[in-house]
This record gives sequence, C-alpha cells and structure tokens, in this order.
Amino acid sequence: MKLLVAVKRVIDFNVKPRVKMDGSGVDLANVKMSMNPFDEIAVEEAIRLKEKGIATEIVAVSIGPAKAQETLRTALAMGADRAILVQTDDEVEPLAVAKILARIAEEEQPGLFILGKQAIDDDSNQVGQMLAALLGWPQGTFASKVEALGDKVHVTREVDGGLETVALSTPAVVTTDLRLNEPRYASLPNIMKAKSKPLAMKSPADFGVETAPRLEVLKVTEPPKRQAGDKVGSVDELIGKLKTLGVVA
Amino acid sequence: MKTLVLVEHAGGAIKDATLAAITAASKLGEVHLLVAGKGIDGIAQSASKIAGVGKVHVADDAHLEHQLAEDVAPVAAQLMGHHDAFLAPATTFGKNIAPRVAALLDVMQISEIMSVEGEDTFTRPIYAGNAIATVRSRDAKKVITVRGTAFEKAAREGGSGTVEAVDAGSATGKSGFVSAEMSKSERPELTSAKIIVSGGRAFGSSDQFHSLLDPLADKLGAAVGASRAAVDAGYAPNDYQVGQTGKIVAPELYIAIGISGAIQHLAGMKDAKTIVAINKDEEAPIFQIADIGLVGDLFKIVPELTGKL
Repeated sequence: MKLLVAVKRVIDFNVKPRVKMDGSGVDLANVKMSMNPFDEIAVEEAIRLKEKGIATEIVAVSIGPAKAQETLRTALAMGADRAILVQTDDEVEPLAVAKILARIAEEEQPGLFILGKQAIDDDSNQVGQMLAALLGWPQGTFASKVEALGDKVHVTREVDGGLETVALSTPAVVTTDLRLNEPRYASLPNIMKAKSKPLAMKSPADFGVETAPRLEVLKVTEPPKRQAGDKVGSVDELIGKLKTLGVVA
Repeated sequence: MKTLVLVEHAGGAIKDATLAAITAASKLGEVHLLVAGKGIDGIAQSASKIAGVGKVHVADDAHLEHQLAEDVAPVAAQLMGHHDAFLAPATTFGKNIAPRVAALLDVMQISEIMSVEGEDTFTRPIYAGNAIATVRSRDAKKVITVRGTAFEKAAREGGSGTVEAVDAGSATGKSGFVSAEMSKSERPELTSAKIIVSGGRAFGSSDQFHSLLDPLADKLGAAVGASRAAVDAGYAPNDYQVGQTGKIVAPELYIAIGISGAIQHLAGMKDAKTIVAINKDEEAPIFQIADIGLVGDLFKIVPELTGKL
C-alpha cells in the first residue's frame, strides 16, 4: 500500500521560545527550525512499514513556506520516496491543513495517512482527527504500536489510563506518540540522494481550500514566572518546611 | 448560549476532568451534557446530579461501549444542531473525539483552554506552555477542549438535570475495540491527586524507581509520576508521564526527584502549589522553579524521607 506522511517545519525542540515584546507572537527570526519531532516519528514508522514489505511507496507532504522544502528533503533523506509542498507564507490552521491533506489523500489514495499527534508550536493536536473525519476514515491516535494484521491495521494507543488497542479497516489515519519508535538519522549518501528525489510544488488554491484564519490571535504573552525558593540542607529541614506550609501532617 | 459537554466516564464513574469542563461551560451559558456508552443509566443519573446541569443527553447502545471517536463524534455533531458550543476535557479521551466533531461541523477547534475571557475569547497555552495565546473564534459554533487543572471542578451533587435518550446512531464498522491494558493502582489518579511524587532517569532502573518511590508515595497518600526520560527508559509506564505531551497536573505538593527539569516536563507541573526538588546536580533547572530544593543523593535521601515522614 501507499503511505502518506505529513511533516511540519517548526521551531527546533531544543530552542527556548521567546515571546515578542509587542505581544504579537513568538519570535522566530534567526531561530533554528526543524521537523516537528512527532512527524519524525511518523516518517520513521512509514519507513519501517516499507522495510517490512507492507508499504510500497512513501509520499511526504508539508504545508508551509518555501523553506519547508528543507523539512521535506529531510524526510526524503530518511527514506520517503517523493514529496509535495503546499507552499504558503500564511499561518494555516489545523482545519485548513486537514482540508488540504484530505484533497491530497483523495488524489493519492493511500492505505494509511500517518501524522504526528501534535506540532510543538501551536500544540493543537487536531489535524489527524479532523482529516479522518473529513475523509470518513477510522483513526488510531497517539499510537505506540502499529501492526498490519490481515486486512486490518491494529493500533495500540497511549491513553490516560494505560494502553488501548483498536483494529482499523484501511484506509485509515494514524497519529504518532513518543514511544512508537526512535527516528533514524539520515546518512550522508542518503542526504545526497534525497536531492534528486521528486518534490512537487503546489499552493492551497490548487486544492480550492480557503486558508483565512478562523481564530484571531489577539495577543501572545509570557506565562507567569515562578520564583526559585530556598534550598534546605537536610531531610529534617525539608520535613520541617513542609509541615510549616501545612502540606504534610 | 447553550453548551454541550462530553462526559468522560470509565468503570461506572464520571472523571474529574469532566467536572472542570462543566465549570468552563457554565461561564458560557446553559450546560447540557452528552453521555455515550453502553448500559449507562447509572452514569446518566450521576451526571444529572452535577451542580448546574440542565439536560443530560444519553446515547446508550452496544456499539458505543468503547466510545470510539468514529461512533461518538457523529452523535455529538447531530446534537450540535441545537447547541452553540461543544466542550470536552483535554484528556486523551476528549482530544481523540473533539477535533472529529469540529471537522464534522466545519469549525476550527480551540484546544486546551485555560480561561474564558468572553463568549468567543479564550486563553490557551502554545509552545509547550512557554507562551499563552489569547484567541477569538470567528466560528458561529465553538468546539473547545478544556485543561482540567485550569478550572474548579463542578460539585458532583446539587443539580437536578433531566435525562433524555437521544439517537445513538449506528456503528461505522470501520474501527473496533481489541483490548485495553489499564494500569491498576490503589493510589490516587495523577491528574486529581493532592500530592505527587515524581521520578526521573536518575533512578537508574525500573526496580529502583518503584522500590524507592512507591513506599514514599504510599506514606504520603500520593500518586506517582515520571519524567519523559524515565518513561522512555522503561522505568515507568506511559501513563505516569507528566509534561506537555503527557499529563498536566496541578497538585498541592509536587516532589520531583532525580528530574533535571526539561522545558516540556516543567510545562506539565509548574502550576503545582508547592514544588520540592531533590537532585544531586545543584545547577539543575528544576531548582529555578522549586519552592524547596535539596541537593544530594536520592538513593540516601528518599529512604530517609520515607522513614521520617
């Protein structure tokens, strides 16, 4: 089967985001950008399904600025076969992202569409579920295990009380959680090879999707800061303090 | 405004996170509930007693037993024909279903709200809680998930809502429940515990993690949490993880032991009332937000603390 994987270019996981002085957002000028960590896990899972002989082709898709080509090249260097960039400089909200991805899914007809469970910039955790709803497909969200069994895909999900396994008929949407796999690093030869893999350029208008935001961001502020307290020198002192605060009897 | 709150329940009881979502809904208007499942008369009765609840819509059918998103979302979307806002707790249950409802309604969801600023304006955390966005929704109907620690819990008693059966729809047949492996514990749940003791990778092994932390937790009547590093290393199961991508907690007392304090962990626990950090590295970032810090060897400190409490 064919696999589609969605990847987003976001602030690097190790960079501490700084809120702009004018409260208009987070400052991304001259900040290191990388593939969203959950999306790296999605790409890795697709490659593993291909290595097991379950998948035949992997298409990586991104929606974002021209520089998101770099993110797609990373996916290609990891092992994706071709890529599609839906280029726009506008901020595209999860609902519009899901609509564009749904159109691409209708064109490409994949067996599975694998996405990260959330992007570490807007932390919405919506696109996979919305995409599944728009296509009328089943969904396996927050996956820690994906297994093809006969004509079904079994997805083990990380839920609040532990783990839950669901059986999905294909085509289906899977969103990845942290412990699904550990993504590989692209080797230098594969990075070189990725440069000649096909990357198609599209625009939201090609899919007839309106990307004007539905949520207006009025302001972005820093959260209230916590002050460091005191250090104590011993367990007895610690217990004394906790008793004074009344948090232990 | 009429709101519809999706009730999260398991094992015959309504989860606390639902009560916080009800409080958020009450700031918008009239509160109606949706309870979905199989054989849920008891849950529906409990739901109708929650303070401030008007109507309880009950979708009771065999195919809703495991409350799969594919089957629950259409029931909610149908009811949204005569409601203005849909709210669900921002738990793995709510996060699984709410965006599906939003897409069916062609609404852009507002995830994990921390406050209600007006009928269409809310605050929500972005960038792992490193920034707070104030957003205004332009959609006619709202779909919202609610951060449980940001709102008071509605009282479980005092309400007198009416219970009404609704069309439960039919199974899509595209997804099915296979199995669940739920952690069994006598301890309180992480997201509602008053005290949490939480361990990091410094414990070195699963045996040491449990043999040191479990007795301390039992002494304090506390829940046990873990950093992502400890969960990734296999010392603790996934449902112990506290942090931006794990559970968001706000207990009275949070004791972080052998946890350095990565941004994504702090995002999950910095709303605790009192934070205690125990770490051998005095430069660990966790000390920058801890109310009480103790520098030293956890393998000596934890048994001593357990013994003396």
